Amino acid sequence: MADLTALTGQALEQIAACGDLAALEEVRVHWLGKKGALTEQLKALGGLSAAERPAAGARINEAKVQVQAAIEARRTALAHASIEAQLAAGRIDVTLPGRGEEHGGLHPVTEARLRIETLFRRAGFDVAAGPEIEDDFHNFGALNIPPNHPARAMHDTFYFADGRLLRTHTSPVQIRALQERGAPLAVIAPGRVYRCDSDMTHSPMFHQLEGLVVGENVSFASMKAALHGFLKSFFERDVAIRLRPSYFPFTEPSAEVDMSCVFCGGKGCRTCKHSGWLEVSGCGMVHPNVLKASGVDPEAFTGYAFGAGIDRLAMLYYGVNDLRLFFENDLRFLRQFRTFSA
Amino acid sequence: MKIPYSWLTEWVPVPWPAPELGARLTMAGFELETLEAAAPPFEGVVVAQILSAERHPQADKLQVCRVSTGSGDPIQIVCGAPNARAGLKSALAMVGAKLPGEVSIKAAKLRGVESQGMLASAKELGLGDNSDGILELPADAPLGQPLRQYLELDEAVLDLNVTPNRGDAMSVIGIAREVAALTGAQLTGPHARTSVPAHQDKFPVQLDAPAACPKFAGCIVRGINNQAATPAWLRERLRRAGMRSISPVVDVTNYVMHELGQPMHAYDLAKLKGGISARLARAGEAFTLLDGKAITTAADALVIADAEGPVALGGVMGGMRTSVTPQTSDVLLESAFFSSAAILGRARNYGLVTDASQRFERGVDPTQQVRAIERALVLLQSFAGGAAGPISVTESAAHLPQRIAVPLRASRLTRLLGVAVPPERVTSTLTALQMQVTPATEGWQVTPPAYRFDIGIEPDLIEEVARIVGFAAIPEVEARVPQHFRPLPEAVPAEVAVLELLAARGYQEAITLAFVDPQLQTQLFPDRPALAISNPIASDLAVMRVSLWPGLLRAAQENQHRHQERIRLFEHGTRFEVADRVTREIDTLAGVACGGRLPEQWGVGKAMRAPADFYDLKSDLEALFVSTGEAGCFVFEAGALPALHPGRAARVLRRGMPIGWLGELHPTLVKRLDFTYPPVLFELDFSALAVQRAPYHEISRYPQVRRDLAVVVDEAVTLSTLTERVTLVTSSLLRSLRIFDVYRGPGLEKGRKSVALGLIFQDISRTLTEQDVERLMASVVTDLRENLNARIRE
Repeated sequence: MADLTALTGQALEQIAACGDLAALEEVRVHWLGKKGALTEQLKALGGLSAAERPAAGARINEAKVQVQAAIEARRTALAHASIEAQLAAGRIDVTLPGRGEEHGGLHPVTEARLRIETLFRRAGFDVAAGPEIEDDFHNFGALNIPPNHPARAMHDTFYFADGRLLRTHTSPVQIRALQERGAPLAVIAPGRVYRCDSDMTHSPMFHQLEGLVVGENVSFASMKAALHGFLKSFFERDVAIRLRPSYFPFTEPSAEVDMSCVFCGGKGCRTCKHSGWLEVSGCGMVHPNVLKASGVDPEAFTGYAFGAGIDRLAMLYYGVNDLRLFFENDLRFLRQFRTFSA
Repeated sequence: MKIPYSWLTEWVPVPWPAPELGARLTMAGFELETLEAAAPPFEGVVVAQILSAERHPQADKLQVCRVSTGSGDPIQIVCGAPNARAGLKSALAMVGAKLPGEVSIKAAKLRGVESQGMLASAKELGLGDNSDGILELPADAPLGQPLRQYLELDEAVLDLNVTPNRGDAMSVIGIAREVAALTGAQLTGPHARTSVPAHQDKFPVQLDAPAACPKFAGCIVRGINNQAATPAWLRERLRRAGMRSISPVVDVTNYVMHELGQPMHAYDLAKLKGGISARLARAGEAFTLLDGKAITTAADALVIADAEGPVALGGVMGGMRTSVTPQTSDVLLESAFFSSAAILGRARNYGLVTDASQRFERGVDPTQQVRAIERALVLLQSFAGGAAGPISVTESAAHLPQRIAVPLRASRLTRLLGVAVPPERVTSTLTALQMQVTPATEGWQVTPPAYRFDIGIEPDLIEEVARIVGFAAIPEVEARVPQHFRPLPEAVPAEVAVLELLAARGYQEAITLAFVDPQLQTQLFPDRPALAISNPIASDLAVMRVSLWPGLLRAAQENQHRHQERIRLFEHGTRFEVADRVTREIDTLAGVACGGRLPEQWGVGKAMRAPADFYDLKSDLEALFVSTGEAGCFVFEAGALPALHPGRAARVLRRGMPIGWLGELHPTLVKRLDFTYPPVLFELDFSALAVQRAPYHEISRYPQVRRDLAVVVDEAVTLSTLTERVTLVTSSLLRSLRIFDVYRGPGLEKGRKSVALGLIFQDISRTLTEQDVERLMASVVTDLRENLNARIRE
């Protein structure tokens, strides 16, 4: 009988030297196959005495188990290495850009408008709309601005040959909303408005936000709360406001709304012209004549109205310093505002 | 409205320095627009006197002056001003001085003669735009005193914004009254003395339009010297208030207007013929205004006329024929009251906006016409002499504005403001505003002063109380919102969802102007009439858009110029359609794409690197249509629109109703507009995206079977025809039909194409057998052969 220990050692050496599964299979057949070297050893047991046979058989089996285990271990290792090799070969550059369409985006003025609409809807306002081509009555007359009123000079109006005009503010929607829905009501009307004026701070077309609340106990105090609440929510910070007396023919009392500068916190900077304040809105208690023109009894109801520039709010929100950029539609500009909308 | 601080303090004690005064007035409704010193910053300029002035040896127009500043040796200055002369006191900018406009004064040699500084003109010091010569100072100006100190050039000038309802505040006295109301002080203003008439001449005045001109105060002043120099202090006041010095008479009337808010006019008495009449113009009366502008009056114009015709456009501007000149010695001063209704809009009719018209439009105090003349006489006689006659007043009392008592209810005040103001605070505030306040059952009866044209109803009084008490004193009270559920109609698509869908497909939203270039629009839509703006801001923004395409194409073009290779833009806005003189505003969604189908990137095939075409945008629209819930109801049919390529244009319909267009820009326009890649455009009525939720369909639990079929048909056979036939034959068993290839070229006859179809069959109630499917396929093949002359490709 050959030296079993030497055979086993030889087998283990061969197993360890196997570089792939095919070689390992050859080795397995060589040692453990039907005619394998260790299998042959078992056949040789017949030549031993009955007394020697059990012990020798046990030793051979032990050697077979040992070799078998080594083959299994090697097989697992080789399989693993093969998978590893496959994976290694399949490695990609994760820093290459993704494939397909790129995402576009909404216009910053639209983003601001949607944010405003969401805030007011949550506060119980409806969103209303009105025509952009208006008649004199809705744009001026019903708003207490008769012909030749000096306030008309402040509205550089675009006219059509038949006397109609491009609305100069969203205030006509006040009249339409009141006529259609009556009191009480709370609406905002965002929309495009037009004035023949164009420079760094004026565009002939811009966006205004109109607000109107009419009810039995609507007061200047509730207007202050609403405007302050809106501005704090819109800018997500604790801005201060102040109301300055002003004049609009369709409100009485009337006020301009200043907000503490969102850039310097009220300390004074270039944007707020070192005043610490930014003018953001005009507002006031609805003039009794306006309520009457809309069929609402001014003794029974009071109301407040406000108007604000959506573009201006967007400029402050995004830190854009030139209004005209909003309407140049330069993709390099627009692409900077690709964020989730409200 | 420019108010020099010192002018205001002549009229009312001001307890605050200028910045605080500005802040207080701002919070009272008179917004401080600017607060500036009376002169721009400069330093190193002193009062000096020219001791001698001799001709420069090398230059005719220069003089060599010896100048004294009161101490030290005289300084040698070379000066080119014609008015430099011995004895004159002027402003000397010494070596090292810094003048406005970053000018530094250094010692210099002018044509070989040393000059140790510069004698300065008003213009060089930022004190005016007139530069006739060096500044001329009074003989008593103290030598060596810094000029800023001597002329009080550090005085603050407040520029206040006066709202159009407050004509009464367009004057120094008006602002003084506001300050008095804020501080509780009394006005102290210089009281004009009533002068004893030096003669008894009166000029005859007739009020022939008493509603328009109910009051006319006049005064004849004889023997004035209209060539006298207006005193420096008065000129300087005018300058600080934003006016120019012109002549003694004009300077004085301007001064009084700015101080009291009463516009005045002076006529050259010698040129007035007969008496004066304040009357409505006769249509077509022509005359020339002071500024040289010839006008022809409209019938509603108010004129002041003498026997020969109009001599002034009442309340707006005087006429040339009777204007005062340097030679004028006798004048008629006019201080009239014109009703705002008679002036409103009139000046603008003639393209004029004057200081006078602005004040009369807004309302002038109807009680101080005489006072204004008295004030003017004091000023005028102090330096131009003259003998004044009596001030004669012609008036029609019935036509003068009357102030009536306005009721103010305490309860209403509380309700409107949302806070109760103590009654004594209400009365003291209104009283401080010179209103007469008497108690009434529910509150008060309040009569405003004559100069307040803006107080007619209760809320006007409430505003006055709130304004003076301060808006800051009104608390913020949150409104209680009733819980009220409003409808949320599913049929109305959420705007944000539509916009975000396009954004997700690579489009960037644009906002373009609603008025467009008529030329471009006509090229795109030659047969769509557009609404023209009467007063456009520019000729290329003169008509309302009938489509969003002109704006979007312009935006695409501009982006192409900025080297953007791939452009996808969309817009949601109104387009304006005109039909039978009726304008319809149509809520519209439109887009344009040009350049790559996909952004430039690695790892995509050649086909995907081609420029976007019709089908790319069609897919975007189909994505929108899927979200309406009835994608199957949208149809694209070949159509023709002048803006689009005739073979690549589709009208889009929903349930048979046209809702928009999709197509490639016409090649002629692609070339004319210089596009590198042909833009593909779409435009849809936004309302056509209304959601129509389809009823839920049961899903089949049985297997589906797919069979592919390649059919060769004529080019003219559209896919929709093909689909129609297949659907008709296979009835309800066809679950879906896919088109996976369209081929033309080698192997096919000319004018024929091969379309590869994938038919997916499924039954709702059983498993389809092989025979079922074979039968279906056989009938499809037969039908296509017979009806569409199709050949089946094996």
